[in-house]
Amino acid sequence: MAGGFGAFLKGLAVTGKVMVDTVLGDGLVTTKYPEEYRPKPQRFHGRHVLNRYPDGMEKCIGCELCAGACPARCIYVRGLDNPPENPVSPGERYGFVYEINMLRCIFCGLCVEACPTEAITMTHLFEMSTSKRDDAIYTKRELLMESDGKVPHMFPDDPLARMSELDTADGWLRATAPNGVAAYEGVQAWQGTPGPASWAAEPSQDERDA
Amino acid sequence: MDGVDILIIVGRVLAVFVLLLVTTVFNVWLERKVVADMQNRVGPDRAGPWGLLQTVADGLKLFFKEQVTPRKVEYGMYVLAPVLAVVPAFLLFMVVPFGRPLTIAGREVPLQGAELNIGVLFILAMSSLAVYAVVLAGWSSGSKYPLLGGVRATAQAISYEAALGLAIVSVVMFASTTSAGGSLSLSDLVAGQAGTYVGFIPRWNLFPQLVAFVVFFLAIIAETNRSPFDLVEAEQELVGGFHTEYSGMRFAMYQLAEYCNIFSMSALGATLFLGGWNGPTFDGAAPAFVSAILPTFWFLLKTYAIIFSFFWIRATMPRLRYDQLMQLGWKRLIPAALVWLMLSTVAISVRQFGLPWS
Repeated sequence: MAGGFGAFLKGLAVTGKVMVDTVLGDGLVTTKYPEEYRPKPQRFHGRHVLNRYPDGMEKCIGCELCAGACPARCIYVRGLDNPPENPVSPGERYGFVYEINMLRCIFCGLCVEACPTEAITMTHLFEMSTSKRDDAIYTKRELLMESDGKVPHMFPDDPLARMSELDTADGWLRATAPNGVAAYEGVQAWQGTPGPASWAAEPSQDERDA
Repeated sequence: MDGVDILIIVGRVLAVFVLLLVTTVFNVWLERKVVADMQNRVGPDRAGPWGLLQTVADGLKLFFKEQVTPRKVEYGMYVLAPVLAVVPAFLLFMVVPFGRPLTIAGREVPLQGAELNIGVLFILAMSSLAVYAVVLAGWSSGSKYPLLGGVRATAQAISYEAALGLAIVSVVMFASTTSAGGSLSLSDLVAGQAGTYVGFIPRWNLFPQLVAFVVFFLAIIAETNRSPFDLVEAEQELVGGFHTEYSGMRFAMYQLAEYCNIFSMSALGATLFLGGWNGPTFDGAAPAFVSAILPTFWFLLKTYAIIFSFFWIRATMPRLRYDQLMQLGWKRLIPAALVWLMLSTVAISVRQFGLPWS
C-alpha cells in the first residue's frame, strides 16, 4: 500500500488524461493499416525486382554473385550463354533461372550491393503473404520487369496489392557509378525508380572538383 | 392469478435475461475500447460499426470451437462448474429494480425480475455461490494452476465477502431511518432514496454512507475478480487461473458470468448508494413514454458510471500481491467497515431515540 490513496488518484489521473488525449486529441499512435499507410523510409528494403536496360535487354548476366552474397542462401541462379543471334542480355551470359525464396529472404540487400550490373534492386512492396509455401518462391516470371518498365505483381487482384509500391525503388546507395570507374568513387547516386537506367550520367569526381 | 399475470412474470424474467445478455455484449466491447483509449490504442473497430459486434463475433467463434476435455478431469464437476458460474450471475440481477413500475393493462408491473422482500440477503447468497464455480473448476480440472487459482478464489471471496456484507449492513440500517422504513427489499431501498436534501442534492445513500460506499466498491471489485484483484486468473502467474483447462463454450460461459457479475454488482451499487432509478422524470412536461423510460435511463447511467470506474481502475492499477490483498481485506476494509457500522449505528440511534441521558 505504499504511496496510499494519493498515489492511486495520481495513477487514475494519468490514465484519464491519456484517454481524453486519445479520444479528443492526437494521442492515438495506431495507424489503421489497410486503409492508412505510413510513409516508408526512402531506403526501405521491400520485394526484389530484376531490371532491364532501356532497350529492353535484361540486366542480369547470370554471374550468381547475388546468390554467393546471400547470407540466407535464398537465391538460386543459373546462367546460360546468350544465343548469338538473339541475345537476352548485353553480356556473354544471361540469367536463365532466377529464383528467390521469400520465406528465407531476410531483406538485407546484400544481393543488391553484390550485383555488378544493378540487375537486382529492391522496391517498397512488402505485402507478400501467401497461403501456399510454393507461392513464396518468386521466379523470373514474377521478378523480371516488363520491357515497358512495369513490374509484375504476384497477386494483382489482392485487396492489399498496391502497384505503386513496386514502382518505388529502395534507392540504394552506390559507392561507385554504374560503370565502376574509380573517378566516381564516393559519389552518391539515387535511383528514384526501378527500371531502365535512364537517369542522366553524373559528373565524375574530377569534373566536380574542377 | 390469471394468464395475464403469468405472461407479465415471464416477460419480466425475459427482460432481465435479455438486458443482462445485451449489456454483457456491450460491456466486453466497452471495456476493450476504454482500456484501448487509455493505452493510446484504437481497440476493436472491425466488426460492425465502431467494432460493436466484436463480442458477437467472439461468441460465435467460441460457440463453434472444440471443447477440449483433458484426461485427468473429474468430468461431472468439470462440466457443472461453468453452469454454476452462469446461474448465480443471472439470478443476482433478478432482484434489482431497473426502472419505475409501469402500469400495463391496469396492472402495476415492477421492472424487476422478482419482487423479493429479502433481496439484499439473496444477493449476498448468490454472490457467495458464484465462488463454488471457481473452486470446483480449479479442483476438477486436475491440473495445478487451476487448483492454485481456485484456492486463491476461496480465500479472496471469504475475505471480501465479509467487508461487502458489513458495508451493505450499514446502508440497510441507515435506510431504516428514511421515509420507506427498514427493509431488505431493493425496491424499498430505492424508494427510500427519492427526493432531495437541501433542494438540489439528491437523497442518495452515497452522501451519508460514503465510507460504506468505498468499502463496498473495493469489495465488489474483489468479488468479481477484476483487476487489481484478479489473482484468481492471474495470467502471468497461473496461465489462465481456474479456467486454464476450459475451452470453447465452457470458457465463454465463464466470461459471460464474469461480465454479468460486473453489471449486476454495479447495478447493486447504483441501487444501494446512488438512488437506483430515481431521477428527474419530467412527469406531465414530457411525453408519457419518455417519463416511463427515463428512470431506466438514470439507472443505467449510474450503473455505467460504476462500470466505467471498474475499467478505469483496471487500466491503471497493477495487480496486488497476495499478502497485500489479504492485508487490504482484513486489516483495512473489514475494520473500516466495522468502525463505520458502529459510528453509523450510534448516529442513527441518537437521531431516533435521543441521547441516553436526555
